[in-house]
Amino acid sequence: MQMFEATGVPGHQRAEGAPENRGRRRFVQVLLGGGLLASAASFIYPVLRYIIPPPATDMGGDTVVAARVGDLKPNTGKIFRFGSRPGLLILGADGEYHALSATCTHLSCTVQYRGDLHQIWCACHNGLYDLAGRNVSGPPPRPLQLFDVHVRGEEIVVARKREA
Amino acid sequence: MIAKHSGVPTTRAFRVVGCRRAPLLALFVAAVLLALPAVAAPPQSTCLDCHSAMDGKLKITAEQYAQDVHAQKGLSCASCHGGDPASMDAMEKSKGFKGHIERRQIPALCAGCHADGSYMRQYNPSLRTDQLAQYKTSVHGKRLAAGDTKVAVCIDCHGVHGIRPASDTRSQVHPLNVAQTCSRCHADREYMKGYPVKGDEFAAYSSSVHHEALTVRGDLSAPTCTTCHGNHGAAPPGVATVENVCSTCHAFQAQLFDTSPHKAAFASAGLPGCVTCHSNHRILQPDDSMVGAGPQAVCTNCHSAGDAGFIAAGNIQQQLAGLQTAIGKSETILTRAEHSGMEVGQAQMELADARDRLTKARVTLHSFNPAKIEEDVKAGRQIAQKTYQAGEQALRERDYRRLGLGVSLVTILVMLIGLTLYIGEIERK
Amino acid sequence: MSGFAIVRDWLDERFGWAELTAPLRHKKVPMHRLSYWYFLGGITLFLFIIQVCTGILLLLYYRPSANEAWESVQYITTQVQFGWLVRSIHSWSANLMMLTAFAHMFSVLFLKSYRKPRELTWVTGALLLFLAMGFGFSGYLLPWNTLAFFATKVGTEVAGQVPFIGKWLLIFLRGGEDVTGATLGRFFGFHVAVLPGIATVLLGIHLLLVQKFGISVPPAVEKDFYLAPESTREMRFFPNFLLREMIAWYIALGVLGALAALSPWGLGAKADPFAPAPAGIKPEWYFLFMFQTLKLIPSKLWFIDGEVVGVLAFGAAGMLWMLLPFLERPQPQSQWARLLISGIGVFALAYIASMTVYGYMAK
Repeated sequence: MQMFEATGVPGHQRAEGAPENRGRRRFVQVLLGGGLLASAASFIYPVLRYIIPPPATDMGGDTVVAARVGDLKPNTGKIFRFGSRPGLLILGADGEYHALSATCTHLSCTVQYRGDLHQIWCACHNGLYDLAGRNVSGPPPRPLQLFDVHVRGEEIVVARKREA
Repeated sequence: MIAKHSGVPTTRAFRVVGCRRAPLLALFVAAVLLALPAVAAPPQSTCLDCHSAMDGKLKITAEQYAQDVHAQKGLSCASCHGGDPASMDAMEKSKGFKGHIERRQIPALCAGCHADGSYMRQYNPSLRTDQLAQYKTSVHGKRLAAGDTKVAVCIDCHGVHGIRPASDTRSQVHPLNVAQTCSRCHADREYMKGYPVKGDEFAAYSSSVHHEALTVRGDLSAPTCTTCHGNHGAAPPGVATVENVCSTCHAFQAQLFDTSPHKAAFASAGLPGCVTCHSNHRILQPDDSMVGAGPQAVCTNCHSAGDAGFIAAGNIQQQLAGLQTAIGKSETILTRAEHSGMEVGQAQMELADARDRLTKARVTLHSFNPAKIEEDVKAGRQIAQKTYQAGEQALRERDYRRLGLGVSLVTILVMLIGLTLYIGEIERK
Repeated sequence: MSGFAIVRDWLDERFGWAELTAPLRHKKVPMHRLSYWYFLGGITLFLFIIQVCTGILLLLYYRPSANEAWESVQYITTQVQFGWLVRSIHSWSANLMMLTAFAHMFSVLFLKSYRKPRELTWVTGALLLFLAMGFGFSGYLLPWNTLAFFATKVGTEVAGQVPFIGKWLLIFLRGGEDVTGATLGRFFGFHVAVLPGIATVLLGIHLLLVQKFGISVPPAVEKDFYLAPESTREMRFFPNFLLREMIAWYIALGVLGALAALSPWGLGAKADPFAPAPAGIKPEWYFLFMFQTLKLIPSKLWFIDGEVVGVLAFGAAGMLWMLLPFLERPQPQSQWARLLISGIGVFALAYIASMTVYGYMAK
């Protein structure tokens, strides 16, 4: 192949059929072909892995399945993961579900539900909250953040109170 | 009602009758009618008519008094000072005028209504009525009874003519303002000369964590002077009983302390419980450096090198420091991984558990039992270890990515060389 | 016969392949000391193709709702195999493309390639640049993080300052009065459907025009160029220039990969519409010069709102920019006339560069 239209090319000219030329050309072809293949593979491989869906299909988000119906007995609570924070799901004695943030507003310990007190208790400094999250006793300065709960079939879905 | 309070001499007007004087009469009647509202006003304004124009201590304006909760409930100057505001000689002793109330008589005066349950029920059934009884047990009350008029009486804390309920944020006795009110006397060293009050308590309290909780974090349940000393029955809690006061909020620590060897030791040494290590007014955010044998440690105030307590203190300090370090290490590696673009949310959440354990350990510390504290510390260290490993894993993943990058860069380099050579090839001809 | 030749003949028998591709095979690129600038257009095109490919891959997992957008991006970067790579390349390539687009535009300006007959090439190019900025603005919101949320709020607020139609424009952009999930849905539609559609058409026209008119020779090297023998002064596009172009493309790939692996694009915190705006909100760097200018204009100029003045000024500047080739007569007579557009170019470049730097340094 020629770069220039004209036939005459200034400068040093090599005979095409010389052995070192052929060897050199093969080397370049191998390099190019190999490089093309290798670089293409290093691009295609990630793409192929990418399009295969990962095992964990739950993306997290503002809603999470905290438990299944029947997991909790009345007047008990359970800690579940909500994003990167702990949440507390409570099935009250009256059959109502309550879900709140489980991070104590005092020094961020994880709270728990006390069936004997019908209140949420923080073991670190004896803080108490009622089922509406209000800080009723002890050091916590603010209430616990409330979440929306609803039962969807067999699943108990907890959602952050946010706009769409 | 108007006729009862107006004080207009009605008889004379009717004597001046006759057609010639009718216009004058009409004018007079009009003037009287116009003046009626002023005269028919609530009785307290007659006192304020003069007193709002006076100077110094005698000056009380209508605006000022209108802020007073007593005025808003319909009570008048005469309710405390006596006299008959309706008459022009309101300040006659014969009309019951008491004038300036002597300091020693103020508690009894206020209690005249405030200790009367059936009277107070008309206004606020849930208000306590034992203030005077409490006051009599206080240092202020006892000294007043002994003749000292420098001590606080009702008006010193509550104000006098602009008294607001304690729930009003502008009230001198609102929780946010109590310390300031007490400090008016108690921080005045000149005034406190002769009393066993050093005068530095307010400054000490102002630097405390309780003050910060109250004023900065807005936690109205945080203690102020009256929380520990009482308000009407104000007196310092005794050395033997101060722990009871602290334990009303710090219940766990008190329970643990009671199981510790310090309880009996402090009692027999006459040491004031919690105050021994934490101070009474300058209660600062506790730090792990308070434990052990370091420069800021309180243990070495009593314990000397080599004794059982000294060794235990050292042990506890090491445990806490160890857990703290482990958490810090874990946090560092997780942050590094996060900044490299790796997802470590789960591990960071678990690390919070480790911090929980450290918080618990700092409470359990009050048992001064290394073995008990070790339970919490060990659990915390296990969690920190686990999350550290997660961080290492994340960094390994990051390195794998960089290796992958290296590989693809090598292939690209090969391509670049190949292309350059190929271009050279085809352009050689 | 080689495989290529078989396919080529098959296509040629049915579609006249040889005739169709003849212009491409005969295309020439002028060779002179300023030839390197010719690479920029191709690199920009390459980066655009990368955007389309990585964008399509991201589409497989991205969810355009306020409840799930942020989480889906987090999912992509943490759960999907090589998702971090695809996402970071997409974000970095967007920025790189803006840079090369600006560079390409300014090189065309200073090398005077916009002259007759290439005026429409310039116009379509300017429109493509505005489209690219639209791509950047709409795409930036899609992860639904705090920075993006507030940057969008500020940006659409500025759009609302346009006289007469401003309010309608704001509501159209935001899908409502405020920035909400509706805005996200709308921006997503713009970003993956509307803008790509328009861009494809414009790009097609742009490339066709480049094909038709060939590559221009800058006046600065014209004399020497025509002095050189005809045989050596041009290079065949295919395969010689194209091979060199591929070197540039591979280098760009390497740079993108390195950036993605060593400096991955962060995600930040999920947007909370009720939280106060964090201090120091700034748009992306290619908007910074406009943003900074608006900040400097006093709040009232005579009787007009400062922001309105700014918006109108930039609108006018954009129009002027698009119609730049028409400011110059085909054969400019005076020295002054010849330098007009280059002068405008220098001013624009200096202004954009200095305002961008200023915007970065300012708090």
